[in-house]
Amino acid sequence: MNDAVIAAFVPLVDCAVLVAAREQGFAAAEGIDLQLVKEPSWASLRDHLCLGHVDCAHALAPLPVALTLGVGHVRVDCVAPFVLGRGGNAVTLSARLVRELRTVAADALAGPAEAGRALAAVVRTRTAPLTLGMTFPFSNHNFDLRYWLAFAGIHPDRDVRLVAIPPPLMVDSLRAGLVDGFCVGEPWNSLAVAQGLGCIVATQAQLFPHAAEKVLAMRAAFAANEDVVGRLLRALDAAAAWADDAAHHAALAAQLARPDYLGVAASVIETILGGHQPLGPHAHVRDPDFLYFHRRAANQPSAANGMWIYAQMVRWGQLAPSETSQRLAAEVFRPDLYRRSLPSVRLEVPTFVPFDRIAFSAADVRAYVRQFPLHTPFTEFQAL
Amino acid sequence: MGQRSLRILIIDENAVRAAILEEGLRVASSEEGGAVEVHYIRDMANVLPRIAAVDPDVILIDLENPSRDTLEQMFQVSRLARRPIAMFVDKSDSEAVQAAIDAGVSAYVVDGLRKERVRSILDVTISRFHAFDRLQNELQQAKSALEDRKIIDQAKAILMRQRGCTEDDAHVLLRRTAMNQNRKIADLARSLVAAAALLTEGGQ
Repeated sequence: MNDAVIAAFVPLVDCAVLVAAREQGFAAAEGIDLQLVKEPSWASLRDHLCLGHVDCAHALAPLPVALTLGVGHVRVDCVAPFVLGRGGNAVTLSARLVRELRTVAADALAGPAEAGRALAAVVRTRTAPLTLGMTFPFSNHNFDLRYWLAFAGIHPDRDVRLVAIPPPLMVDSLRAGLVDGFCVGEPWNSLAVAQGLGCIVATQAQLFPHAAEKVLAMRAAFAANEDVVGRLLRALDAAAAWADDAAHHAALAAQLARPDYLGVAASVIETILGGHQPLGPHAHVRDPDFLYFHRRAANQPSAANGMWIYAQMVRWGQLAPSETSQRLAAEVFRPDLYRRSLPSVRLEVPTFVPFDRIAFSAADVRAYVRQFPLHTPFTEFQAL
Repeated sequence: MGQRSLRILIIDENAVRAAILEEGLRVASSEEGGAVEVHYIRDMANVLPRIAAVDPDVILIDLENPSRDTLEQMFQVSRLARRPIAMFVDKSDSEAVQAAIDAGVSAYVVDGLRKERVRSILDVTISRFHAFDRLQNELQQAKSALEDRKIIDQAKAILMRQRGCTEDDAHVLLRRTAMNQNRKIADLARSLVAAAALLTEGGQ
């Protein structure tokens, strides 16, 4: 008898490792009957995870941190022993807004820095603030978007209006004119581009190379099942290696395209996996590391992942700065569980330079946060 | 001065379920003798100012409603005087929370509301959500029973035509064959009708 493990996911290309673990038999080979449950929203995924209706989840990396710290929700101790995907997010702006950007700067689509500066020029001339979508308060989409806006001198809480929208509703919100742009994971950026609704102006791979985007999150109590968790991580490791191999992208795209997973054309998913999807009418991504699942020690979590998230939460007033919170955030990520399950894996984590050349310093998070001119102060009122 | 009545806001795209819930909440509150105002929002357009206008003590929403991410973020950054929070805040009541999740209910409650009060609202909501599910199931069953009877009548007509037998004979034949093959009469009738349709089409 295989052990049943139920995992919740939100329809996004980076649920690929879980899908491959089930569909390619990697989970069954480890004696696990991996059952996947599709969720309509991150709030629903969180509720099912917290109450034990599912054993683990394809989670936004900041989600288990927010739960462990009890921000925005009752405190539920969670751990993240495995990174399911690096990169894959992008910022898409509406076709109309992109036209405005190109009017103020001919090079507006040259990269995240140029696009940000052009957007800042547009924001300064507007009377009504722009509305931009992201996925959840505790998401890299929120943090990526805020970081990029603030880099350009746009205050994300004062100069624009940010709204949370579940990924599958993002494209329709752009079409309906409810938002002027958004930051979301794939395939939703590519679908907006394919339908002529907008252009991709920045990718997560440009903003924060090697970012831990989705993790396998579980309640700390579930992680105590050493045997099952060990086999699960080994299955995911094999699935991640399989999914990362370009030779398997067509097969993987066909599986993800199924209506019970993403319900999106396989051809669109395949170009995303290859990192050469259109940015708009003008260019393609051309970045094999746009989204990856296994190479470069992708699956190995680290304390720095948690501290980066802590830093963003503090910078934008979601959390009061504290040594304890910083330590708890770091401890959500569990390289020890990863290594215990995959002892033969010895990986050097590479270093990367982000678009603004400001490297994250886990050694001094306070100084890292203080160097930025734009912040939102924490107030009790905002703490929930 | 009379006490301000408790304000409950239902957000539901399903108008029938919302009506069932609304009625249940009114009945329960009149039995308890507490004053309750029940408000209802069906579509999510411009939802924050509408919520602010109601200034609810409790918001009830379908767990699967994809707008919950949007709502939660709005609550987090809004300057509403009283900020609603997900009901999981009180761990001591995890049984009630489990029951709510099972029924597909999620609730946001403003701080300071008495726990017993929240509990009784939640109980009514859970039972009404279940009642709605039962209603839907019964409707579904009634529909399929009607369809079964139709298809059995069709199968009998085919048998009567082909074998020149009476309706009673056709019924007995159907029932016996179904019993021998360990199938439902309706399933057998369905394949019989399908086969007959195929043969007639082929013959034409």
